[in-house]
Amino acid sequence: MGGLEKKKYESGSATNYITRNKARKKLQLSLPDFRRLCILKGVYPHEPKHKKKVNKGSTAPRTFYLLKDIKFLLHEPIVGKFREYKVFVRRLRKAFGKHEWTAVDRLRDNKPTYKLDHIVKERYPTFVDALRDMDDALSMCVLFSTFPRTGKCHVQTIQLCRRLAVEFVNYVIASRSLRKVFLSIKGIYYQANILGQTITWISPYTYSHDHPTDVDYRVMATFTEFYTTLLGFVNFRLYQTLNLQYPPKLDSRSEGESKVEDEEKYALESESYMEKLSALGASLSRTIPSQPEDDVEADEFPADPETAEQEEEHRKQQQEEEKHKSLFQGLKFFLNREVPREALAFIIRSFGGEVSWDASVCIGSTYNSSDSSITHHILDRPSISPQMINRYYVQPQWVFDSVNAHMRLPVEDYFPGVLLPPHLSPFIQEKAGDYIPPEKLRLLALQRGERIDKEEEDEEDGSDEEEDAEEEDDHEDSDGEEEEEDKKLREMEDKMSAGKKLNVKITAGKVREVNQARVAEQEKNEEKKLAIMMMKKKEKYLYNKIMFGKKRKAREANKLAMKRKVHDEANKPEKKKKKTKK
Amino acid sequence: MGLLARPPRTHWPLAFRESPIRTGWSESAILRSEPDQFGPDGSDRPFSESRILNCDIRNTVGNVPMEWYQDFPHIGYNLDGQKIFKPLRNKDQLDAFLDKMENPDYWRTVHDKTTGRDIKLTDEQVDLVERLQRGQFGDLKYNPYEPAVDFFTHETMIHPVTNRPADKRSFIPSLIEKEKVSKLVHAIKMGWIQPRKPRVDAPNYYDLWAQEDPNAILGRHKMHVPAPKRTLPGHEESYNPPPEYLLTEEERLAWEQLDPEDRKLPFVPQQHKALRVVPAYARFIHERFERCLDLYLCPRQRKMRVNVDPEDLIPKLPKPRDLQPFPTTQSLVYRGHLDLVRTISVSPSGQWLVSGSDDCTARFWEVSTGRCVKSVLLEGAVKSVSWNPNPALVLVAACVEKSVVLLNPGLGDRLLCSSTDQNLSAFQPPEEERLQPVKWEASEGARYEQGQRLCVHHDKAVKQVTWHARGDYFAVVLPDNGNSQVLIHQLSKRRTQNPFRKNKGQVQRVLFHPTRPFFFVATQRYVRVYNLLKQELTKKLLCNCKWVSSIAVHPAGDNLICGSYDSKLAWFDMDLSTKPYRVLRHHKKALRGVAFHRHYPLFASGSDDGSVIVCHGMVYNDLLQNPLIVPVKVLRGHEITRDLGVLDVLFHPTQPWVFSSGADATIRLYT
Repeated sequence: MGGLEKKKYESGSATNYITRNKARKKLQLSLPDFRRLCILKGVYPHEPKHKKKVNKGSTAPRTFYLLKDIKFLLHEPIVGKFREYKVFVRRLRKAFGKHEWTAVDRLRDNKPTYKLDHIVKERYPTFVDALRDMDDALSMCVLFSTFPRTGKCHVQTIQLCRRLAVEFVNYVIASRSLRKVFLSIKGIYYQANILGQTITWISPYTYSHDHPTDVDYRVMATFTEFYTTLLGFVNFRLYQTLNLQYPPKLDSRSEGESKVEDEEKYALESESYMEKLSALGASLSRTIPSQPEDDVEADEFPADPETAEQEEEHRKQQQEEEKHKSLFQGLKFFLNREVPREALAFIIRSFGGEVSWDASVCIGSTYNSSDSSITHHILDRPSISPQMINRYYVQPQWVFDSVNAHMRLPVEDYFPGVLLPPHLSPFIQEKAGDYIPPEKLRLLALQRGERIDKEEEDEEDGSDEEEDAEEEDDHEDSDGEEEEEDKKLREMEDKMSAGKKLNVKITAGKVREVNQARVAEQEKNEEKKLAIMMMKKKEKYLYNKIMFGKKRKAREANKLAMKRKVHDEANKPEKKKKKTKK
Repeated sequence: MGLLARPPRTHWPLAFRESPIRTGWSESAILRSEPDQFGPDGSDRPFSESRILNCDIRNTVGNVPMEWYQDFPHIGYNLDGQKIFKPLRNKDQLDAFLDKMENPDYWRTVHDKTTGRDIKLTDEQVDLVERLQRGQFGDLKYNPYEPAVDFFTHETMIHPVTNRPADKRSFIPSLIEKEKVSKLVHAIKMGWIQPRKPRVDAPNYYDLWAQEDPNAILGRHKMHVPAPKRTLPGHEESYNPPPEYLLTEEERLAWEQLDPEDRKLPFVPQQHKALRVVPAYARFIHERFERCLDLYLCPRQRKMRVNVDPEDLIPKLPKPRDLQPFPTTQSLVYRGHLDLVRTISVSPSGQWLVSGSDDCTARFWEVSTGRCVKSVLLEGAVKSVSWNPNPALVLVAACVEKSVVLLNPGLGDRLLCSSTDQNLSAFQPPEEERLQPVKWEASEGARYEQGQRLCVHHDKAVKQVTWHARGDYFAVVLPDNGNSQVLIHQLSKRRTQNPFRKNKGQVQRVLFHPTRPFFFVATQRYVRVYNLLKQELTKKLLCNCKWVSSIAVHPAGDNLICGSYDSKLAWFDMDLSTKPYRVLRHHKKALRGVAFHRHYPLFASGSDDGSVIVCHGMVYNDLLQNPLIVPVKVLRGHEITRDLGVLDVLFHPTQPWVFSSGADATIRLYT
């Protein structure tokens, strides 16, 4: 019908994507520079729907970027800076080669640098967007702040990371926004709720790192470069929202308190302020001095019958939250030398407690271990010899568990040298059908206020768990197949036993009880099975998939329950022995 | 020969060249001190004479690998151009070993590759080698610590070296410099030159989101997929997890054997007694790095996760309870056959049942009691039986090997039986015998006593026999019979016709339409519907299956079901389309038999999985309403023997009962 023949791959999806190499050539960047640009700008590859079409008929594995993304990168001022840097390196090398030291100095002074402010703004147009993406930034900064000051990356980066992490932690303390903490085998997870956004980060245990060789630190450093910028701006804004000074200043009152004569022992003059800040012992100074009782009372609206319930719930929730925030209010903690000071100080301070430590551990200790007003002494050793009567000696897990349970847990389980109860993850919300460990059930009961006396609990311990297990079992075989089989077996046995007795004996007939509910249930099940037969192929596939997932879940839960049962049974004799010894 | 191989460096100072300080003493240079029998004059030349003389001149091949001469009897040429021959006998390893053991001078013997000879080093030569090895000078007489000679004194003299007076310019200020300085001063005054600002490396933070505009989202961000957050840790990641989360020994082994990518948990849960004993996590940096890689290398995609309640997927069907009557329980088992029961048929009155089995018998049963009334021993396995639907005749057709046997079981009304016999015997063969593809033969003697009345002999094995609704015609299937796979016999005239001229695939089943002159022929993939009056193909139904096993037609005649060996059952609404209206895949294995009930809206299918599934199949008179198909009952009872379950199903003509015959040599009645 006339017209030009359309060529293949000149329109449609083939023109919407660009391979990595082509993109690199278009931007005139080397691969490392391209990688850095992608990291900084947050550009990631796309998986086209029809890969072969996009790949112009070839099936070779290629990475594709959206052409729009690459065009967007073309206008990035940083690309120019990258090129400038390349030239700078070339000039510097030349100057070195010619031994032109003045030129080297001059070049070094004019080393091209770039700022990432506009990229942060561009990637996170609103502050809430930035907050939402803080997880990785925080984890990375915390990790980098624990690196040694030599080797893997620039000292300035490490110092900056440390500073930003400390600032953030100080903000969390000041705003009391920490919600959950978790001691995992990887490190310590913290979860804070800041301006309605949940932010979770992990900090490693404070040991030196065994630096792996198969990790590209350049990539990590590029990410950190961006994250430090982001975190700095976020910190600034966060401090502003609380009317805190930025860069943070310690409160003059608390500063005066923590004044120690021999500060020089701990740190250099230049570093001592930062150290004091990172000790997390003192509060920060505000730009506008505020009264402690400065809570904003929510305005009372005329009660609307429709929303009254909701409002009531909301208010309750808020009260609960307030209570949680002041969990350790009025308590005085003392940290023994062997416990992780920073983590505990952070947690205790962010729930309103007062905390101090041995003066030899860190700067900023406000009272020593002999202070009589200490309520909780946290230690992690089997025993401590001179024990004071007016304080509890507990292991650090008590603090973590109490925070997660939203209540001060009974301290008996956490005495030094005691076998600790399991530490549960606060991030798991068990849904119906999931396995719930018995400890969690007990905790939920405690939270509901069903307080069990300790001794009683000990006695009931075993039976309690068993009951739980049984309950779960009941839930699991709702089909009741096992029971049915049991019944059959019983009948068979009856028959057998009847056969063994005299053959002619006639026993009184029994009315066969028909369980109406069971019959109805069976009928329903059968109906369902028949209906499943009539499903269409597609739907059946989907249905089978869903059911498979459900079954697997149930199986896993069953397995865990079984394991627990076996474990409890194995440990029962030991428990009894202990009890008799008591 | 390192030094000799180098290009000549003539620009070296002569003194250096002549000096005995040489680091690269070559083997041959050491050896040269020995009188040379190959050289032109045999004398040792001084070192400095000429470059050429530095070379070893006993062999003139130069610095080439001596392997090149491996295959030749000689190893080079002397100065006169004559070949230097190799020593006659080469030393092998044993010789070398013996030499090593016995020769006291072995340690000072050196093999000269260029001449192929062993040379014993003299004491001086050995001394030289040792000195060089120690890093000392080769020449014994050379003294490296000769006293230094100061050419210039280090002491400051009171008199200048030269007596030249100082220049005038060293006294008066330079004008040019003054001009330059004044220019600089002026520039500084004017503020043109400023001191270099100290570099500020500390980042400057400010309120970046002071004027944030929530609508200022770039176009790119429309497509932007924010990176998913990491999954939060569960109980198993705790440093002190509940004991059930710890891996058992077997689980741990299984975990170790899995590929790191396939592991469900990337770590082994561990229990620590106290916080102080928790070690550092070795893969912490790795995990952060992998997260980084994910962030910038992974294509992101929005995955629509189906969030459906599985209950919603189940179709809402009328309750089986509302669709009664249908068979629900097994009530009778007809035992007596010794081998698998291939086929069953029920009398039009519903009182009698006939079954054909591989044990070469056809048995007649009373339906209501399960008693075997009669057993007829035939010549071979009975592939198919069919009771004549005409209530005035008591006649059963059975396929045995190559013949179809018509039996009069003598059951029921005696009058009817005798009238049937009379009817058959009253046949008068026509005067002119027609050429027929089969031979009709009346049975006699013992066979007659057994009940056999007629035998129709075919050329090939007969697979199936089926009656026309009136009971005069019956059709047979002979799968191996070339063009005439289907034959239609007329009982009253004892005539046979071959309706088809062409072979259109292997015929599986044939069936007469219950009311109209239609004839269904099922081949492997298709069911063809022929009009017998017009003698033409009216429809070709596509079964969408691999191999049709059985067909059954609805008593109204507009709907057909078709079972197949790939465990599908296709329901055709022939008014609607030539494709199945519904395909049911409710059996697990191949279907062997399907059947419609004559009055009730029921159909059943039997399969190799040993079950009979009864479905409600309502056909409405209203043409606009599609048939309603609801499975109502799964009947089990047949045992699976030799991978075969149910072989045939059949409904009772009047009651909502279903018969099934199975490979376990039983027939079962479900009511």
